[in-house]
Amino acid sequence: MVPLFFQVLKPRLWTCPESSISLIHRPLPAKRAPPPPPALGPRAVCGACFCAAFEAEVLHTVVAGRLLPPGAVVAVGASGGKDSTVLAHVLQVLAPRLGISLRLVAVDEGIGGYRDAALAAVRRQAARWELPLTVVAYADLFGGWTMDAVARSTAGSGRSRACCTFCGVLRRRALEEGARLVGATHIVTGHNADDMAETVLMNFLRGDAARLARGGGLGSPGEGGALPRCRPLQLASQKEVVLYAHFRRLDYFSEECVYAPEAFRGHARHLLKLLEAARPSAVLDLVHSAERLALAPAARPPAPGACALLDGLNRGRPRLAIGKGRRGLDEAGPPRDGEPERAPAPEAVPAF
Amino acid sequence: ATPPASRSLRGSVSLGDEAVCPGIEAHDRAWRGGAELLFDGVKKHQVTLPGQEEPWDIRNLLVWIKKNLLKERPELFIQGDSVRPGILVLINDADWELLGELDYQLQDQDSILFISTLHGG
Repeated sequence: MVPLFFQVLKPRLWTCPESSISLIHRPLPAKRAPPPPPALGPRAVCGACFCAAFEAEVLHTVVAGRLLPPGAVVAVGASGGKDSTVLAHVLQVLAPRLGISLRLVAVDEGIGGYRDAALAAVRRQAARWELPLTVVAYADLFGGWTMDAVARSTAGSGRSRACCTFCGVLRRRALEEGARLVGATHIVTGHNADDMAETVLMNFLRGDAARLARGGGLGSPGEGGALPRCRPLQLASQKEVVLYAHFRRLDYFSEECVYAPEAFRGHARHLLKLLEAARPSAVLDLVHSAERLALAPAARPPAPGACALLDGLNRGRPRLAIGKGRRGLDEAGPPRDGEPERAPAPEAVPAF
Repeated sequence: ATPPASRSLRGSVSLGDEAVCPGIEAHDRAWRGGAELLFDGVKKHQVTLPGQEEPWDIRNLLVWIKKNLLKERPELFIQGDSVRPGILVLINDADWELLGELDYQLQDQDSILFISTLHGG
């Protein structure tokens, strides 16, 4: 068999048993010690070894970080996209060794055309893996608000209408509700290293101290009554995730959300690509920076939660709850809790 | 084993992979996103590159693709003389970064796959 070589971008050295040819050496990210390598050797591997290495790395992340204890019932946030597809597949492979059981939870944001096709992909995946799938819809959870309705309601705000900000906060809440529905003890999401680095950049660029402060680590232990969350793919680069999906022939949905082009994230992504070209370790360095960042307690206001956003929407002043509007909300008094049966205030929960 | 410069080359150029997103053809044209859009919705192209003086490399191929395959918004696929950052290139299923990137000389029957990593997940 002819060996097929792949460059592994992370600070790790894998030996491909198919060959001993040394092809590429990338610089190690500064300040971060490389994880214990299984063997020193060339950092180019064949497709099969790449996939095995990828799975071993996720296993290492989960075990070393004690993210998912044996017996855990894990809700996988499934969007149908590459990251959550890869995450669910890898955890499915690792589940016997980790002693965990999996549930797929998909969120229907109510985005016409886009989400229907993505949910179809999730259903195909659930059938293929024989995993139970639960779909929770914004419309059911949030008093009839779908993302299309939110977009119409914020349309007057022009290019900064921040659909994705609303959607992110609401999706976090929806995933929590879905996970509780299926009796999960833990939530996992498919964020990869590139996602995390983009988020760090965005938070810096926006001066969002609340999100910067909670950005570090591989997840949150579940403060304030929320389920513990983690991101097992946080140390995997976007490229590795896509390559893994390619070699495992995973069926995923590769279209962009209709609202994504107006998201601020696009700018952060573009900047990150430029930085990465100049400094290949920039992505992992940024993730590392966020982990090591310590903010004074006074500089850590709570980020607005789903209730604050819904409150703003229902009052017809959606932008009050985001950006500068946070000050406006404070002036207007504490937001009403839309769902009083959830005693712990979700605003206080560290978010991803 | 570089083929003689005068010979034409046959090979395939794909964006995405049928096995990766098999449902893609079923979607409405307007909903085809990512890199698919750039190739007029056709995922895999069997192509024959005409013989030319200099040997075909990826750099030449990108120019050829831009001229012959791209139907709209070439800037989403090509930036400068290379692919847009975030598009993976696999040459016969191997990472092009290991094969000289733009300088890789195409062989007969090569399969070149472009995968966008830029969509959401």
